[in-house]
Amino acid sequence: MLEFIEWLSLTPWSIGLRESLYMYPWIESAHVLFIAIFFGTLLFVDLRLTGHVFQELSISQMNKRILPLTIIGFVFMCITGFLLFYAVPIRNYQNLFFRIKFFLIIIAGLNAYYFHKTMNKESKKWDKDSHIPSRMKQSALASLFLWSLVIISGRMIAYNWFDCGRQPQPDFINFLISCTAESDLYEGLDGI
Amino acid sequence: MESNELLEVIYVLEDSFIGEYIRGSLWLFPVIQSFHLLGLAILGGSIVICDFRLLGLLLRSESAIYVLSQTRRWFNFGLLVLIVTGIPLFLSEAVKCYYSRAFWIKIICLIIGVLFVYFVRNPLIQRNQNSLLHKLIGVLSFSIWVVVAASGRWIGFS
Repeated sequence: MLEFIEWLSLTPWSIGLRESLYMYPWIESAHVLFIAIFFGTLLFVDLRLTGHVFQELSISQMNKRILPLTIIGFVFMCITGFLLFYAVPIRNYQNLFFRIKFFLIIIAGLNAYYFHKTMNKESKKWDKDSHIPSRMKQSALASLFLWSLVIISGRMIAYNWFDCGRQPQPDFINFLISCTAESDLYEGLDGI
Repeated sequence: MESNELLEVIYVLEDSFIGEYIRGSLWLFPVIQSFHLLGLAILGGSIVICDFRLLGLLLRSESAIYVLSQTRRWFNFGLLVLIVTGIPLFLSEAVKCYYSRAFWIKIICLIIGVLFVYFVRNPLIQRNQNSLLHKLIGVLSFSIWVVVAASGRWIGFS
């Protein structure tokens, strides 16, 4: 895996992004804006499920109207997020918070899968009797909680407390970030 | 002269207990920053939904008044989180902010944005249902908040 990441970091576009003075900040600003669109609209979708907003709208109407915007935010958030990763691949790959974030995204993704599967199957029924099962409300709250943790761990990637270049680290940290003695002491973009 | 006085105030703020305390901690700044980001996302969601409704891009079957009534509480909450977390972030690096162009752009746009939402956008939605006017205030509000968020992120790069 590390070889692939190293290869990635030596592709011309990766070097270009890394060495460009303005591209990285621009992409990161765009990433933040898409986070706001994704999480902010998701908040309203989830709060509709818990019955806190837009009660005049049925669940299916809410999905049809707000969810596309959430998905647009998600897609562009992923594209800009990938570019941020691609600009400094080794540092991200060996970054503890990046790995935590990745893990959390998988959990949040599973929750989203369950959420949408149930919703597509049952939302017509909820439209009629307006009773939403509590497991759906829990899933909506779990979604907000998990994505909040994703955002928090994402913000922490910028900090180098647990980077390979900062030794000594406890063994389990080095294990978690796949750090070996030969790991490059890669100079990342610290603190941004 | 005036700017020197301002700079003196900035130094006092930087040396304040809260500023000092955050600088002395490794974790505090990033943690506050994370919650600042969450506040931004909450505010962003309410802005996007309300302003896109004004532009006629979504929820067209609902009145703008109704969409505003459902989003304004979350706008207030997001703004509160942003201010409560933003002030300590500022105190911990007040001098850096003073010399940062991005910071001043952000603060000026933030003030314009807050005043615009509370004193222009929201009252106009209540009073006037002209869709052209709605489009205009939707574009203005959305653009201001995009600049606030983006320039805020740039403070970290300066």
